[in-house]
Amino acid sequence: MPLSPSIAERPSARVVGAGIAGLTAAYELARRGAAVELVERREAPGLGCSFYAGGMLAPWCEGESAEPLIGRLGQESLTYWTQIVPVARREGSLVVAPARDKPELARFARRTSAHEMIESDSIAVLEPDLAGRFDRALFFAQEAHLDPRFAVAELTRRLSAMANVTFSFGSEAGQDTEAEWTLDCRGLAARDALTDLRGVKGEMLVLETHEIALSRPVRLLHPRWPIYIVPRGQGRFMLGATMIESERAGHVTARSAMELLNAAYALHPAFAEAEIVEFGSDLRPAFPDNLPRIRKDGRTLYINGLFRHGFLLAPALARMAADIIFDDAHFPEVMDADQRQRQAV
Amino acid sequence: MQDSREDDWQVYGTRLSSRLLVGTAQYPSPKILADAIRASEAEIVTVSLRRESGGSGAGTSFWQLIRELGVRVLPNTAGCHTVKEAVTTAEMAREVFDTPWVKLEVISDDDTLAPDVVGLVEAARILSRDGFQVFPYTTEDLGIAEKLVDAGCEILMPWGAPIGSGRGLNNPYGLRAMRAHFPDVPLVVDAGIGTPSHAAAAMELGYDAILLNTAIAKAGDPVVMARAFAQAVEAGRLARLADPMEPRDMASPSTPVIGRAFTAA
Repeated sequence: MPLSPSIAERPSARVVGAGIAGLTAAYELARRGAAVELVERREAPGLGCSFYAGGMLAPWCEGESAEPLIGRLGQESLTYWTQIVPVARREGSLVVAPARDKPELARFARRTSAHEMIESDSIAVLEPDLAGRFDRALFFAQEAHLDPRFAVAELTRRLSAMANVTFSFGSEAGQDTEAEWTLDCRGLAARDALTDLRGVKGEMLVLETHEIALSRPVRLLHPRWPIYIVPRGQGRFMLGATMIESERAGHVTARSAMELLNAAYALHPAFAEAEIVEFGSDLRPAFPDNLPRIRKDGRTLYINGLFRHGFLLAPALARMAADIIFDDAHFPEVMDADQRQRQAV
Repeated sequence: MQDSREDDWQVYGTRLSSRLLVGTAQYPSPKILADAIRASEAEIVTVSLRRESGGSGAGTSFWQLIRELGVRVLPNTAGCHTVKEAVTTAEMAREVFDTPWVKLEVISDDDTLAPDVVGLVEAARILSRDGFQVFPYTTEDLGIAEKLVDAGCEILMPWGAPIGSGRGLNNPYGLRAMRAHFPDVPLVVDAGIGTPSHAAAAMELGYDAILLNTAIAKAGDPVVMARAFAQAVEAGRLARLADPMEPRDMASPSTPVIGRAFTAA
């Protein structure tokens, strides 16, 4: 971290949007001494699509379908969420396939790295409740998971305790119109400025059962979506998430609910007796290549397009945004990609 | 390549030069989807209203991206299990995409994703009467195929193997019989294609085109795989036009052996 600049030299920034992108950016700037005003149109932070996130920190697993950039930026999040804002548990993650989809497991292994193919005895050691249910699994030992709502609360608590941070909820206008920098972290609401942003519907649900316990996220290979179950503690499990090219957030459809529940049931029949404590759906902001961007326009930085990787990418993007503001840094992988990649579509 | 460029085919009065039709589902991103479609040189892409957009969809950015590719859209009724569902989905698709074309799928059960041919014939009849131009996803059953043609279908799309299985041509005999039985109806192998060699084999059987999705979308590099399929379809078509040799049981030397006057080399 650079030495704190003197008060007079300290940059000031207005961060618009208190989802995970805005919160991490605000915290990074504030930690480095900037005067930060965090502005959120809703009544509290983290109520946009961050609210429905899975909270898997799985940069290697994501390599199955995401571009290498996601894995590279995502690995930074592991340090961030275990050391700087330590809310994650680093227990690895497990990938299993139902018997009929077994060829998919070989394919998944081929496309990813930092995993180990384990047999039923090792599965039983890692997840005793899954003993005997799968004869093979991929174990990604370095991955982690967190509870997104807890992470949002922890960031908010830290920001509230800082003298150089102010909040403004319930309006997008804010108080500090004098701020030198604006960080636009509004997610899909920033479409008025970022016309190539689109929404991708995601649906999730939360189950509660005490009949089964898991220590780490389990991903079930599915022909269309990577369905995963993330343990949230106290018998709660987050089950997600669909990816549908629709821009109407609406509600969870019956079809999606059936597919998600079916996956949980395939993982363990005990989930059939679980209570459904929550259904949620929202739109993820994404650019046409599903990669994140920091777009610089004068003294405005747009941080957007985190797609299904909010908690995974936000720490790296926040660090980059702070480097841009404090050191005039430049990050071609997220700043220059625009023209080349967008015009192609 | 000149040969096959002039070798157009027609469906419902539309002339087409590309013999590869591709789906739009399961790609890692719309950007990769767009690049792959360009590499495939496909003129027709199928889109699923139901599976991909949960029924809404008009005016969304994703559909906009597809429209901007300048390809013809063939909406499909993937995921429909009943005649009524399929008809409703087709009507919705006609509004969204402003086309009378519909790839008609009526699925009998989710486990096999096999066509429900009884429902298919009924839905084809209803939609054809309603002005749709129906592309039915069917099996190689000739009796059903006759009924589909009677119902108004001017094209037939039998499966190679179950959807998403990538097993290739499960029943080459049935597919060959279908070609022989319907010499003048455009025939497209739809579903089950896993690799370019499967596509080439179907084209060698005399099929007019290939429709596939998963084999490109789920490849490690969808754009390169799209190019591979474009070449395979072209190769298979050229082979068909070139009238391939007949296989034989015994060796047949490519140079005469009698006398062996010049064997010294």
